[in-house]
Amino acid sequence: MSVFEILISAFRGVTANKLRSILTLLGDMIGVASVILLLAVGNGSAQEVKNAISGLGANTITVRASGMGGGGGQDATTTASTDKVITTAVADQLAAADLGHVSSVTPQVSTSLTVSSTEASSDSVSIIGTTSNYFDVGTTGVGTGEAFTDAEVTTSAKVAVIGQTLATTLFPTGSALGESISVDGTPFTVVGVLENQSSTGATDANSVVIAPITRIQKSFTGFGAVSTLSVEATDSDSVDAAEGELEIMLNQLLGQTEDDESYSMSNQSSLLETQESSADSFTVLLGVVAAISLLVGGIGVTNVMLVSVTERTKEIGIRKALGATRGAILGQFLAEAATLTLLGGLLGVVAALIGANYEIYGTQPVVLDYSIPLALGVSVAIGVFFGVYPAARAAAMRPIQALRAV
Amino acid sequence: MTLVLELDEVQQVYGTGEAAVHALRGIDLAVEAGDYVAIMGPSGSGKSTLMNLLGCLDIASHGTYSLAGHDVSALTENELAKVRNTEIGFIFQSFNLIARMSALANVELPLIYGGVRRGERRERALEALESVGLAARAGHEPQELSGGQQQRVAIARALVTNPTLILADEPTGNLDNESTDDILGLFDSLAAQGKTIVIITHEDHVAERAHRVITISDGLIVDDRLNDHAPKAAISRATTSKAVRA
Repeated sequence: MSVFEILISAFRGVTANKLRSILTLLGDMIGVASVILLLAVGNGSAQEVKNAISGLGANTITVRASGMGGGGGQDATTTASTDKVITTAVADQLAAADLGHVSSVTPQVSTSLTVSSTEASSDSVSIIGTTSNYFDVGTTGVGTGEAFTDAEVTTSAKVAVIGQTLATTLFPTGSALGESISVDGTPFTVVGVLENQSSTGATDANSVVIAPITRIQKSFTGFGAVSTLSVEATDSDSVDAAEGELEIMLNQLLGQTEDDESYSMSNQSSLLETQESSADSFTVLLGVVAAISLLVGGIGVTNVMLVSVTERTKEIGIRKALGATRGAILGQFLAEAATLTLLGGLLGVVAALIGANYEIYGTQPVVLDYSIPLALGVSVAIGVFFGVYPAARAAAMRPIQALRAV
Repeated sequence: MTLVLELDEVQQVYGTGEAAVHALRGIDLAVEAGDYVAIMGPSGSGKSTLMNLLGCLDIASHGTYSLAGHDVSALTENELAKVRNTEIGFIFQSFNLIARMSALANVELPLIYGGVRRGERRERALEALESVGLAARAGHEPQELSGGQQQRVAIARALVTNPTLILADEPTGNLDNESTDDILGLFDSLAAQGKTIVIITHEDHVAERAHRVITISDGLIVDDRLNDHAPKAAISRATTSKAVRA
């Protein structure tokens, strides 16, 4: 009996009881479809996380003054000795050092003050003093108006770019552009309004004033330490190399060793790794749930095959009387189980591919290439595995007993 | 004449000890090629047990059974399957066609298990169906055929492998009188062609058509006689029948 014969007779067996076969197919189909689709959802959400994080600026390294001594607080200026503090001068030297993997160095000072216009005022607004680079690094782009220029930084100009929330709070009736705001009594001209920023924490990233670092230092924070340095690596693969270069350079500039560093560095790629690993475990979890439904589908196949064997005892007897060997009967029922699961699996693949075109709970599924042959293969393997027992029972029947069945 | 089958002191015992049932208690039987033998006996006489042994569906507990010169008493399961496939053509009381398979597919089945190639198989199956006058019904499924027609398909299936022995178990038991005559006519013509037929029956008018009638009772052969009057009439009738083509 050739393989082709076996497949033909298997197909005949499957189509003999259509309703039952369809119901079994359905179970298997759902199993396969859910494996592919849930893995696709997991993968899709992982990719969304990845995109979101790279939007935050995966190339950016943030250098922060770390608290030294017993204080451990955020205010590095008071606890660190003055010669070990990162100042704008240090930042300039870093930028001038022309490190291989560093494309820009942007110092920032920050404070929190009351900002008011003629119409309204807002408390505890985050004030950031920085250079014009700031708008090129990361994702902080200017929506309307313009960023301040290098020249304005040099001249400590009283210009500012403000966040959208602040703009609408201070100027509820019209555009903030060109208007004057008062930051703790110092007047600034609004030259630009930021694009809408996604808020990452409790603070509203849209309630912010960004002004030349020289002006903020002169008016508010003084010329001590900067609060952070945003360092842009040349590309996301160079982040680690850039960190290494920075560390050496900074230690040299600050006259300190690795053991007594007065700063800490962080970058988005470590965040990315964490997020990716959590997204991966999410995918695995979904995959396990789906695998269980595939298993249940496989048990459905066993059940149907057992019923089929019992129901067709007489047929098995006839076939044996006509010369079917044990192997031929085994092959027939195994082929039937495999055909059922293969058909169900193919339908499941089709269903999954259709389903993957739609958003599922806000996630656009991205089908993993390997999941299709995997789900299909596992489905058929389960069919054959669970088909062995019923098929072996059929094959072991003695012809006279089988023939006696009604 | 060569012997198609030979039974020597064949016994069949089911169970052991006190509960043992002696279905056959020593059967000696020889059937020559071309013989048309009827085995008769009341129910419980052991004729079904004998039929199972002759058909290699079961193995005797004692004694030897030779089919076409080969001892089949000690064959393995798969060897027995091969013997059933090539040496024996079964015809059952309840036809035993496989439902939802066309007449042609049913007739092809023994050839599939015999490993005959597709083209040749189809040809031979059609030929066999034609020889029982059912070529026109090749595509019909069993449930679309009358009892008589179903039994003809079964006969075609038994003939298709060109077996050494045609073994029929109450072939007319489920048929009306007309179909019975029809089927018996077919057997007559097969006998006339020189096929070896063993037919198991409890009906006298069926046994009357055979050349030789063996009666068993209580697991033993109690009568074995030649039938003088049956063959000639049967043969002449069969050869004139339009439904049967050699």
